Amino acid sequence: MKKLINDPADVVREALLGMQAAHGDRLRVDHSNRVVFRADVPRRGKVGLVSGGGSGHEPMHGGFVGPGMLDAACAGEVFTSPVPDQMLAATLGVDGGAGVLHIVKNYTGDVMNFEMAAELAAENGVEVVSVVTDDDVAVQDSLYTAGRRGVGVTVLLEKIAGAAAEEGRPLSEVADLARRVDEQGRSMGMALTSCTVPAAGRPTFELGENEIEVGIGIHGEPGRERRPLAPAREVAAMLVEPVLADLPAADGAPVIAFLNGMGGTPLIELYIMYSEVQQLLEKAGVPVARSLVGNYITSLEMAGCSVTLLRADDELVRLWDAPVNTPGLRWGI
Amino acid sequence: MPEVTAEGLERWLRRFADVVHDHAAELTELDSAIGDADHGSNMDRGMRAVVGALDDGAAGAADAMLKKAGMTLVSTVGGASGPLYGTFFLRVGGGLAGGQAVDAATLGRALRAGLEGVVARGKAEPGDKTMVDALVPALDAYDAAVAGGAGIAEALSAAADAAEEGCAATIPLVARKGRASYLGPRSAGHQDPGATSTALLLRSAADSLP
Repeated sequence: MKKLINDPADVVREALLGMQAAHGDRLRVDHSNRVVFRADVPRRGKVGLVSGGGSGHEPMHGGFVGPGMLDAACAGEVFTSPVPDQMLAATLGVDGGAGVLHIVKNYTGDVMNFEMAAELAAENGVEVVSVVTDDDVAVQDSLYTAGRRGVGVTVLLEKIAGAAAEEGRPLSEVADLARRVDEQGRSMGMALTSCTVPAAGRPTFELGENEIEVGIGIHGEPGRERRPLAPAREVAAMLVEPVLADLPAADGAPVIAFLNGMGGTPLIELYIMYSEVQQLLEKAGVPVARSLVGNYITSLEMAGCSVTLLRADDELVRLWDAPVNTPGLRWGI
Repeated sequence: MPEVTAEGLERWLRRFADVVHDHAAELTELDSAIGDADHGSNMDRGMRAVVGALDDGAAGAADAMLKKAGMTLVSTVGGASGPLYGTFFLRVGGGLAGGQAVDAATLGRALRAGLEGVVARGKAEPGDKTMVDALVPALDAYDAAVAGGAGIAEALSAAADAAEEGCAATIPLVARKGRASYLGPRSAGHQDPGATSTALLLRSAADSLP
């Protein structure tokens, strides 16, 4: 393992120290609970947005804390869900009397810990609504499985729900909007290499020089199938086709297109991929209303990318365009 | 007739912590095959915190001690293992209400309350390739042994054997819960890490109780 760390056991703690040092002007880090707060919470009358998950997906979620997006984010151990104590501290810390939305990715651990935290928050008199993202088409959604994973759409949802909360909308409306984003978004990812979890010390899986893993999640968990390495245009088709096949139909309605890097792929390759994705969408008659390209929901140093498409109406596009000012996403300010 | 006391349960928790520490790399290895490579390090972190809590205070009554262990796991482990193991110990502690020394039948009922908590929290059934696949046969074997007149030590030994068999039987299964389920058929051929740590839990009980 070759990483810029001190001790595998200190990775999350020391990264949060760095976030505080780099962004202390607008973020406040509660180091004992490992929660990143907006510096100005709680805000009276504003719905609080809390998300969180395992660390190693930076900038998600701590990097999306700020005006126009999240109010707080809980940092778990690397690839491990945070614990209910953290989520409770975040929830109580952001509650301005209008209730709190929990944004949870559909992973068993995240769902269970947030569920326990919501029960504890209710005992403390705070109204909590949870929205679970499950946009990954690589995974079959059935009654007999844990359901689809929550991946790329989480970023789009945090932005759009954050804008709605900023407008002062009530919890029920913000939650409905968040659910709508999840229902109208789909994702698919691929990897060129594995990542190495610091505590494990070696790559989670091995890929041959000429192999790719298609249908990966964001934790180095192996994907749906292994295939031979192919040119970018073919890889783009492997991702876009299953996403389009599953995307809720709406003739001529545009999408927000999100080409996400998994952490170890340079932007030049992501732009090549985005160009291919855009051409495939054109061919399929799907207009792109807005796009986002870069490393936003990563898997440590894994090389690879994912495609997320969100069927967007005028309201979603307007909320997407609303000002946001966080370390990881910033425009319109 | 030997009974389980608070001292015995403390021996069990400490023994499990040692065994988890010794097997942490193996558990993580199993998890990296079908999950996300953190089960060993997470359980090790949680059980060290449990030992820390035991070191900090007098063990106290059996029920309070197990509830404390459960809360410590919920608060330190994270992932799915935190709520599942945490709920298990919380419910076992609840089943020992009163904190008096307990006999084989009472311990069996308390362990079954723990299993029910795990099932309620995780919504997994036997055959889903989870810790339930080790826990269910273990408690069935325990109850059968007690019904046949066995004492606590003998019943726990039978339970540990059954847990290990149940754990090995997860190898061909296709996972339907947890991150391994995302692999679908590719999850077959690997032993479930949660069932493995559960087998260690039962073996630790057999080695340290009553």
